[in-house]
Parts: sequence; C-alpha cells; structure tokens
Amino acid sequence: MSEEAAALQELTEQKYKYGFVSDIESEFAPKGLNEDVIRFISAKKNEPEWMLDYRLSAYKRWLTMEEPTWAKLHYPKIDFQDAFYYSAPKSKTDGPHTLEDVDPEMLRIYEKLGIPLHEQEVLAGVEQRRVAVDAVFDSVSVVTTFKEELSKVGVIFCPISEAVHAHPELVKKYLGSVVPDTDNFYATLNAAVFSEGSFVYIPPGVRCPMELSTYFRINAANSGQFERTLIIADAGAYVSYLEGCTAPQRDENQLHAAVVELVVLDDAEIKYSTVQNWFPGDENGKGGIYNFVTKRADCRGKNSKVSWTQVETGSAITWKYPSCILRGENSVGEFYSIAIANNYQQADTGTKMIHLGKNTSSRIISKGISAGKAQNTYRGLVSINARADGARNFTQCDSLLIGDQCGAHTVPYIQSKNPKAILEHEATTSKISDDQLFYCLSRGIPTEEAVSLIVNGFCREVLQQLPMEFAVEAQKLVGLSLEGSVG
Amino acid sequence: MLEIKDLHVNVFGKEILKGLNLKVPPGEVHAIMGPNGAGKSTTSYTLAGRAGYEVTKGEIDFFGEDVTGLAPEERAARGIFLAFQYPLEIPGVSTMNFLKTAMNSQAKIRGEKELNAAEFLRAVRAAAKELNISEDMLKRPLNVGFSGGEKKRNETLQMALLKPKLAILDEMDSGLDIDALKLVAEGVNKLRSPDRSFLVITHYQRLLDYIVPDVIHILAGGKIVMSGDKSLAVQLEQNGYDAVIAKAA
Ligand SMILES: Nc1ncnc2c1ncn2[C@@H]1O[C@H](COP(=O)(O)OP(=O)(O)OP(=O)(O)O)[C@@H](O)[C@H]1O
Ligand SMILES: [Mg+2]
Repeated sequence: MSEEAAALQELTEQKYKYGFVSDIESEFAPKGLNEDVIRFISAKKNEPEWMLDYRLSAYKRWLTMEEPTWAKLHYPKIDFQDAFYYSAPKSKTDGPHTLEDVDPEMLRIYEKLGIPLHEQEVLAGVEQRRVAVDAVFDSVSVVTTFKEELSKVGVIFCPISEAVHAHPELVKKYLGSVVPDTDNFYATLNAAVFSEGSFVYIPPGVRCPMELSTYFRINAANSGQFERTLIIADAGAYVSYLEGCTAPQRDENQLHAAVVELVVLDDAEIKYSTVQNWFPGDENGKGGIYNFVTKRADCRGKNSKVSWTQVETGSAITWKYPSCILRGENSVGEFYSIAIANNYQQADTGTKMIHLGKNTSSRIISKGISAGKAQNTYRGLVSINARADGARNFTQCDSLLIGDQCGAHTVPYIQSKNPKAILEHEATTSKISDDQLFYCLSRGIPTEEAVSLIVNGFCREVLQQLPMEFAVEAQKLVGLSLEGSVG
Repeated sequence: MLEIKDLHVNVFGKEILKGLNLKVPPGEVHAIMGPNGAGKSTTSYTLAGRAGYEVTKGEIDFFGEDVTGLAPEERAARGIFLAFQYPLEIPGVSTMNFLKTAMNSQAKIRGEKELNAAEFLRAVRAAAKELNISEDMLKRPLNVGFSGGEKKRNETLQMALLKPKLAILDEMDSGLDIDALKLVAEGVNKLRSPDRSFLVITHYQRLLDYIVPDVIHILAGGKIVMSGDKSLAVQLEQNGYDAVIAKAA
C-alpha cells in the first residue's frame, strides 16, 4: 500500500471510528460490526467496565470463528457487515400509522388468533407503540401489581441491562456460565452485541407466584434481534417462564441470534416455554427471519429439573437446540418440541441431553410437521458420561408430511460411555392420508380445519406441556401455519 | 328426498357405476345388496362427495337440489351422513373433540348457532349411554385401537349426534358380534323417523332382520338390477346372487 493510501485509510477509519461514537445521543449504530459499535452499545447501556470487557473479548474471539455449516440448511452466505447491531433505523414514512395501514393479511391472522385490538396495534408496530404498551399496562395496571407481587417474595425479574447495574454480583457469577462466550459462532456474536433480554432470579425455596408470561406477550413486539436471557432458580425454587408470542412478528432485521441460559440449583425446577412465530418469508420463500438460537440449561444441583417446550412455526431458517447439562444427581431434562415448516421454510432443530451425574434422566418428544416445499430436520444428541450410572433417556421423534414436495429428516446422535445406561429411541414418519381427510370432510369439517385437527392431534403430547391459556392459542397457530398446505 | 338419476361414475378413469337409478322417499329404509365389487361402496362415496369419484353423467337430487357439484362438507351440512365400512383412525384427537368440531362446523355452514360446552356434553353423554359407550372411550383418540365393534358403535354415535336426513350405512354389520350387532341396530332403529331415510348396504340378511327395510335393491355391474321387499333377502340368502338375478332377467 502506498504511503498516501495508508494515510487516507487511516484518516477515513479515524472518521468512521469517532464519527458516531461521540454522538451518544444517536439512536442507532451504523451498519456493520467493529469494536466501536460494541463500545457504542455498551455506552448506550451505561455499562460498567467489566461488561464492556466481556463484550470485547467475545468480539475478538468471534473474529476467529467460522460459521457452522453442518446443519441441513441452505441460505445465501450472510454478510455480517451488512447488518445492524443496534436499533436499526426505521423509516418514519414506512411504518403504519394506524391499524388501517397494516397489511390486511396480518390483521386477518390476529383476528383468527383472537388477539385484542390494542395488542394488535402494538404487535403490528403501529407508530408510538411504546405509548401503546404503556397504555395497555396502565389500563390494567398489570405491571404494578405484578412487580409488587414478585418483589414480595424476592423474585428479581427485570431487563438484563438493568440487572447489570442492580445485581452485578449475580450477573457476573452466572452470565456466560452455561453458554460461555467461546461456545459457538452465534452465541459468541450474541455475547458481543446483545442489548435486550431478561434476567430472572428466584431465591431459595420460592415458587414464583405467577407464570412469567403476560408481560412477554406484549413486550415480545419490542424484543430485539440479539436477546440475552438469564434465569437462575436457586435451591428449591420453581419458575415457569414463557417467551414469544403466537402473533406473527415482523422485524426489519433478518438476522437473529439469541442466547438463553438457565441455571438450576438443588431441588429447583425451571419450565421454559417458547412460541416462535417470526416472519417465515412469503409463499415464494422471499424474506423471512434467520433465527440462530443457543439455549442451554445447566442442572447443577441434585434433583434439579428443566423442561423445555417449544412451538416453532416462524422464521425462514431455524437453527436451535435447547439443551440440558444434567450434572446434579437425579437431575431431569425434558424437551418437548413442535416444529412446523411450510412453503420454503427450513428448520434444523432438536436438543442435547448431556448426562454427567448419577441417575439422571431425560425425555425428548419431538413432533416435526413439513408442508409445501419445506425441509424439517430433527437433530439430537444424547450423551452419557462414564460416571453417569443409572442414566436413562427416552426419545420419540415423529414426523408428519403434508404433500409430497417437503422433507423430514431425523438425525439422532447417541454417545454412551456407560454400558448400563438405558436408552430408548422411537421414530415414526406419517402422512395425512386422503382417507383421513375425507373422513373429516364427510362429517362436515372443511379441509383447513381438518388439517388443523389432525395436526393438533399429532402434536398433542407437546401442546399439553404448554401453560393452559397459551395452549389454546398455540392450537390455533398450528392450524394457521398450515393454511393452504392441502387442496 | 333422495333421487339418483342415471348416475355414471368413473373411479380413477374406470367406469364403475353405469346408469344407477334409485329413489328413497322420506322416512324409508332401503337396503342395497350385491356381490363384491358391484359398486356399493362406490355409490356411498359418490353420495358423500369423495374426490376421485367423478360423476360423468346423471344427477343426485337431494331435497330437489342436485348435489353433485357440492363439496363433501356442504353435503354433510345438508344432512348426508356416511357410516364408513372401515372407519379411520385419528391419533391424538379424542372422539369428544372430533364430534364437537364436526357439530360446530356443520352448524357454521348452515348458519346456525354452535352448541355451548354444557349442551354438547349433555348430548354426547346421553347418546353414548344408549350405545353403551363409556366416558373413557369418548376421551380416547378417535378409533385408535378400537375393536371392530367399537368402531361401528362410534359411527352410530356420530350419526346419532349429527342427526342426518340421509344416513348411508356401508356394511355396518361387518366385524360385529351378535350382541354388538343388536346394539348398533337398536341405535339405528331409534333414529328412524318420518323425516330421516336410510340406505343400508349389507351382504347379509341377518342385519335386515334387525333393521327391517322397506325396499331391497340388488346392485350388480354398476346398476340396480332388481328391487323388491324384504323377502328378496331371504331368496338371496338361499340361492345366491347369480340365481336370483338370472331368474329375474
Ligand atoms: N381407487 C380405485 N381404483 C381402481 N378401482 C377401484 C378403486 N376403488 C374401487 N375400485 C373398483 O371399483 C369396483 C367397485 O368397488 P366397490 O368398493 O364400490 O365395491 P363394493 O360393491 O362395495 O364391494 P364389497 O362388497 O367388496 O365392499 C371394484 O371393481 C373396485 O376394484
Ligand atoms: Mg364395499
């Protein structure tokens, strides 16, 4: 490089480097990722030094890492410098001003799911949505009553950025202790740039007095692309946490990479339910969210238990393996999953059950539904350590095909170093038969409802795991996701 | 109520029904008998509107309306019910849920009010009791692991609740022991009424001893070749189809 060019580069970089960082009032960082963007995010959150260091070290590590390619997913190579990492600018003129400006197709789906009008506004991203959120909460005073009730029993439930300030000792102790910042390409990226997410701490012996869900139903609309969630159930504690939302969600950011860490101590239990319905792309496969998620639970204590339940219906690409490290003696891990892929969606999802402690047990129930031209893969690992005497696993993977242009794949990995472990695996693949459909039709049940009925029957064991009020919505969602897949 | 005129039906390109004529007035029970492969199930599927059963000629008049162009669920909502020769299994969907969905769907198509949960439960329990169907069975996935007899009782239950105007029973008696046969036949007889007609497809006179038909038709080679009163069944039982049809010709 000529001296001149080098000087020029230095100059331009310099400009780039300080151009926006000095402007802390800015709402967003420019496209692309570098140390300055990370400093900007950290500064925006007014973070302490240790948090910034954590991010920077993750970023350095990330630069040396390669994107994983082992999943059965095909998509154009992602240009990570072409994405926004903090509050992508929203063009004022593009956003809907009232519900009347919202895509009628979205409104029709909200209607079908039975979502109240004021929530529809929030979910559809109608302008001034923050006001709307407050209005919703104020009108029913959900937040106040809910915060009071939680603090009475000592439960901490707040945004992760708040926890960094209010509970640094807990965050320092547990953040990255389940999913280290060296874990995988997307988790490391998340460690560097996360800005949204929740923190939950349930003190010893406390049973969280409510499902942590109501709040999320609304707030999901504002949730970010790099969410970071950390939940700690101290000895003997219990919590049921619900993430996501049945309503279809659009986001201008195509790239999503969330991390969820669960820490479960002696005799504690966490039930974590997800309904993921990010925009899957249109029926021609255009658009849609790429969702690369790392979720892991560490059952550190004896007799601890974690139950993951997921209903994955959205996103163009799903890469997600909620896992359990069964460290404590007698700890239990469960994974219940429904993954629906329609049109051109691709899902590669499953779980990892790592049995380290004695008498640990795990249960995997996976229901994959493929329709249209979609590809749906179950990928799961059951690993039994040599010292995990008395370990057992039961795995059941069922695939349902609708039409003959889609694919279902099951990739179970089993690594057992303990000859006494008891492992059971069952797998089935079935189709919705014309006979079954006609039987329903002849009883007066129209095609789309018949498909919904049959698919919901197929998923029953998993739907039963969801909190009651959510199960009803999830059932409707299952039907809606498959609209137009038959006939 | 039902009048089938010169019905020709192709199944996957092959003509199976070749000019079938049949008239069932309201409140009557008509039996259709005939050798294997004659087209009995084809007739019942065609009436119910199954895809792949292509009407190439003729019409099916139901209360004066030609229903050949209607979707199966539309026909169901108008009161056509088919009890299947081989009822289908639907894993994970309880009989209760299936029935509720069916009743509500039909109500919706007809523009009527749906039953509320209490009304529905009361109706199901009453009908189930008559057919000796336990609460437990109502909660089990539809027809999954049901015995042959249980499946047929379940079909009868569905019929009792959906209250069709025309019920087509395709070999209701196959696979039933004598007690189950009586139970199902009683169930059917209770549903007989001046504004409900039945088309009973069977191979055996035995069923017709319990469900006594007004008219018996013999279907052979894709058309009705003979009709008569219930003594026809006795003749068939004694002499077989060939002899009876030959004698008539
Ligand atoms: N999907 C199909 N493809 C080709 N041929 C068919 C198909 N379904 C039925 N058929 C033929 O149509 C004819 C009539 O069959 P159908 O089932 O109506 O007879 P059936 O009178 O009900 O006989 P059974 O007494 O054995 O029940 C048979 O020759 C059968 O092989
Ligand atoms: Mg037949």
